[in-house]
Amino acid sequence: MIDLIKNLYNKINRPVNLMEVCGTHTVAIFKHGIRSLLPEGLRLLSGPGCPVCVTSIKDIDKAIALSMLDNAILCTFGDMMRVPGAKKSLSEARAEGADIRVVYSPLDCLKIAEENENKKVIFFSAGFETTTPSVAGTIFEAERRQINNFFIYSVNKLVPPALDVLLQSDDVRIDGFIMPGHVSTIIGSKPYDFIASKHSTPCVITGFGADDILSGITMLLKQIAEGRAAVEIQYKSVVTENGNQKAVEFINKYFEPCDSYWRGIGSLPQSGLKLRDEYKQRDAEVVFKIDVPDSSEPKGCQCGLVLRGVKIPSECPLFGKACTPEKPIGACMVSMEGSCAAYYKYNR
Amino acid sequence: MCLAVPSRIVEIDNLLAVVDVYGARKEISLLLMPEEALIGDYVLVHAGFAIQKVDEEAAQDALRLIREIADAMEQEEFKE
Ligand code: SF4
Repeated sequence: MIDLIKNLYNKINRPVNLMEVCGTHTVAIFKHGIRSLLPEGLRLLSGPGCPVCVTSIKDIDKAIALSMLDNAILCTFGDMMRVPGAKKSLSEARAEGADIRVVYSPLDCLKIAEENENKKVIFFSAGFETTTPSVAGTIFEAERRQINNFFIYSVNKLVPPALDVLLQSDDVRIDGFIMPGHVSTIIGSKPYDFIASKHSTPCVITGFGADDILSGITMLLKQIAEGRAAVEIQYKSVVTENGNQKAVEFINKYFEPCDSYWRGIGSLPQSGLKLRDEYKQRDAEVVFKIDVPDSSEPKGCQCGLVLRGVKIPSECPLFGKACTPEKPIGACMVSMEGSCAAYYKYNR
Repeated sequence: MCLAVPSRIVEIDNLLAVVDVYGARKEISLLLMPEEALIGDYVLVHAGFAIQKVDEEAAQDALRLIREIADAMEQEEFKE
């Protein structure tokens, strides 16, 4: 397969930038040592593909403010705990006494809500299309079981609109996308069609094994060499053209698109999800009307450039010095799927 | 964060199921499943919900791989 990649690359006869969108791919690519197998000039850039890394400082601050309301219990996924806000992280807020709990599934919040009827249980919900259906499913359950002290603070985001924006900026040329496996299990391949048709950029939805990733790369190079752009599926065992329509319906029943702020990138139109008006009695932002001051990105942190593939983490002056996984400055260093954390672990 | 883990269904009660993943038992919801799942089936599980059936061979391959990746990410949840 490596020979095939080299042949195709020689045929293309110019530098090629491929972007892996998903943080799990970033880790898998390091783990399998894929970069070292590729010809020089065939670069793999890490994209914005980790919901933890793109959660804004202001959203973290809001979640902390929610956790400090009277009689509130804030629940969230474990990876969110250490993401730095303007002054502190959720885990620091917890150490100061806020009732913040880590859940494995949003469904766990319902149990907590039932056991604490006189408290407001708020789920701080971050995630891409893979995760949002489980939040929608949890709202369905909350409605069915009439659990009225359960609320959602949604910073859920959508992958395709972010890629659209990346392709419109000209600070880095992306010749092809290695598309996320499990996001695509939900949405299927069709929502990426515009990337091939409007931007003429090839896409291959790829699995996480070394062979999967190499064959995904081969499929992309083939398209580039033939001057084609299409959305192809390498990860056929779990991804179809239409995805899991039932899960998509659940998302659409409870959520609608809204503008959303991506850390380091900025506000991207229609790239986030908020609860529909019919369910606003569960929307923590609407019900509790918290507001926190605007904040700026930490000084010197290049997360924004890293998330767009413009810089590699080691080009950030803080990388490995002021910023390490033990003491992260930017969110890309927090989650193990963040580019900076993955580089730190494998590539120093 | 977007990793879904293949898990074998060992019990079903309506829309609730118990799955076995790396020897640990977990209760999950079948609410989002696009098709019927039966005891013995492998399903991809994410955040407490099954989202898709997978065949056994693909599931075993994926489990091996996810353990490696999870080890790399130092996530306790997926280790034995
Ligand atoms: S190394 Fe740290 S400071 Fe630099 S871009 Fe990455 S997360 Fe930001």
